[in-house]
Amino acid sequence: MRIRMPYKLTKKNILEAMSKGKRLDGRGLLEHRPIEVRFGVSKNAESSVIVKWGKTEVACGIKMGLQEPYTGHESEGTMTTSVELLPLSSPNFEYGQPSIEAVEIARVIDRGIRESRFIDFEKLCIKEGEKVWSIYIDIATINDDGNLIDAGALAAVLALRTARFPVLDEETGKIDYGNFTDKALPLVNENMPLTTTCYKIGNHIFIDPAREEEDVADARLTIEIFKPESQKVEMITAMQKGGEMPLSIEEAEKMVSEATKMFKKLNILVEEELDKAKKDTKKKKKE
Amino acid sequence: MTEKHGKKELVIPGEIIATGDEFLPGDWTLKQGNDIISSRYGVVEKQDRLIKIIPISGVYIPRSGNTVIGEIKDLTNAGWVIDIGGPYQAFLPLRECPGFVEESEMENIYGIGDLILTQVLNVKRTSVDLTMKMRERGFGKIREGSVIRVNPHRVPRVIGKEGSMVSLIKNASNCMITVGQNGLIWIQGNNIDEQIYAEKAIQFIVENITTEGLTEKAEKWLADNKPKITKEKKE
Amino acid sequence: MTKDEKSLYTKRSDGRAFDSIREISAKVGVVPNADGSAIFAQGDTIAIASVYGPKTHHPKNQQNPEKGVIRVHYGMLSFSVTERIKPGVSRRSQEINQVTEWALSNVVMLEELPGTVIDVHINILQANAGTRCAGINAAAMALAHAGIPMKEMVSAVAIGKMDKTIVSDVTKEEEDMEEGEGATDIPMAFLSHSEKITLLQLDGRIQVDRFGEALEAGKKACKKIFEIQKKALKEAE
Repeated sequence: MRIRMPYKLTKKNILEAMSKGKRLDGRGLLEHRPIEVRFGVSKNAESSVIVKWGKTEVACGIKMGLQEPYTGHESEGTMTTSVELLPLSSPNFEYGQPSIEAVEIARVIDRGIRESRFIDFEKLCIKEGEKVWSIYIDIATINDDGNLIDAGALAAVLALRTARFPVLDEETGKIDYGNFTDKALPLVNENMPLTTTCYKIGNHIFIDPAREEEDVADARLTIEIFKPESQKVEMITAMQKGGEMPLSIEEAEKMVSEATKMFKKLNILVEEELDKAKKDTKKKKKE
Repeated sequence: MTEKHGKKELVIPGEIIATGDEFLPGDWTLKQGNDIISSRYGVVEKQDRLIKIIPISGVYIPRSGNTVIGEIKDLTNAGWVIDIGGPYQAFLPLRECPGFVEESEMENIYGIGDLILTQVLNVKRTSVDLTMKMRERGFGKIREGSVIRVNPHRVPRVIGKEGSMVSLIKNASNCMITVGQNGLIWIQGNNIDEQIYAEKAIQFIVENITTEGLTEKAEKWLADNKPKITKEKKE
Repeated sequence: MTKDEKSLYTKRSDGRAFDSIREISAKVGVVPNADGSAIFAQGDTIAIASVYGPKTHHPKNQQNPEKGVIRVHYGMLSFSVTERIKPGVSRRSQEINQVTEWALSNVVMLEELPGTVIDVHINILQANAGTRCAGINAAAMALAHAGIPMKEMVSAVAIGKMDKTIVSDVTKEEEDMEEGEGATDIPMAFLSHSEKITLLQLDGRIQVDRFGEALEAGKKACKKIFEIQKKALKEAE
């Protein structure tokens, strides 16, 4: 059960705390909750990961398939991102067609990965015009305590980094599901996008909201950043403003600046977690 | 009550808690043949010959006279529809407000989204009636402070014997704390830091409900976590 | 023990004894938003369940004024299996919703909660056979954790017959077996105290005089599972 409900009074409490530079859980406005990562939640997937930001928990799995390439992209593989806001994870989610919230999160995460050119789609081509690999990024929520976009985006990127091709039967031309190779996906690691959504309530800008903070926020700006070696500064690869209230130019620029700071932290976190995962796999292989 | 490593033992539905005629089955127990079985997840309590379960989770079951905090959900021409938790709707009839209230004035008194401190008048099969005809201070609209939610079955532990636990927290945090029997708790502090401190203290109690010596542990937590009061930032 | 001198299945693919269940890990409180929740991992099958309710059943015309109603929603995550499942409802999941609801609703004391609904959500994170059983095990724990009044606990297991051998807690590899009489899958659920059956399905072929043996194996396995469910609930706080 949730401790803090989105009462009118809660918004008042949040604003009062923020005017003192605090959140109701004691954090600073630009402080994120502890992030936990656990790989391999489903052995049947090409890769899978569970990411926790505080109490928010999302799972992401990568599955691969084969298909005909799209017209105009005859030598490129394809990618589909889907987000399931599981009713398991919140009393506010319902069954049925994906809600606009789910669709928006999926599309925003998809854009960042696609536009940064993190995946080398040409290397997913098996036979030009006939057969290409398709990547499915499936995100499902386990507990919603706010900031699903950033949690989902981080999970997607971690899952892609640890994914391996399934075995392709040369004779039948079909995938031997459940059997995996050691071959990683064709990724350009320096183009890896990391996402930070900045929120605004009143005049206060903050990141990583808990659910009750996200419920009363006036506006948000999702910013996806990557840093290729050829560039001196970080690059923005996708952006999305959400919420009814407008942002001033200064606010938008401040948010980009905060997202850039978070990018550096997340970058370090990603490499640390991948390192740990590699060591764990080596240990398991020895056992 | 058996105690394991400083914690009270929990029983689960279907678990045999007594056999034979030594005890009589009380709240949340079932007699099956020679056995008395628990029908809830909770702690066993024995009172003379009666054995019963004190649940540690589950919905709020309203009782007449309970002080509760509710959120106004809707207005009808007969009164206010209120969410007090639990599965059933609660209603505050116009006639249960002190003085005469015009239908047109209702919104000004309690509007949708307002939180009120009120009392359960009577409990019907699938609905609850509330009343505001209490004379005590504090009842009515909640304008200041914060309201958090805990499982209503843990409220007695938050209050403590004769209010000892909640007084402990009040004194340490300089906050006024009003505990609704439905698990909603109203905290009013002089500043946000002490308010957050009181909220966290309550959460500590709620998360350690089966721990033995909880009072000492709470005292230690309060001492270890005393907040620094921050001044208001000049914007 | 089974008298299977002529059975082709003499050794289990993972080396377990015929009446051994896979290693289980279970925990409650894994979904903080929910009124009750649990995760139940049985070998490589992982089910997570959360319970919301009892709450007023809307719309009003669907309410049962005499007793509460349980709604079960079972779903497998797209990446829980080797070949991706498109998100959405399937006929299989609809059937599992129904049998799970029947398995659980007779122990929940719904007469105490007229006009209400209890939503039970089950999702499979990783599948290696016995998914509906793992789901029931998780759901029963989540219901107890949520403080729903229940007469007893429910424990479920998939019993199998591999050629002529009765085994407890089948794996996917065993389900796919084709030698001799092939694999027969018998998911079942037992009540913890009265030992009555609340789930029983069969997929395959079994002689009528072997059926009792399968039930006994199920009863024994479910007793072990009940102990694990009990332990997880007791260690929660």
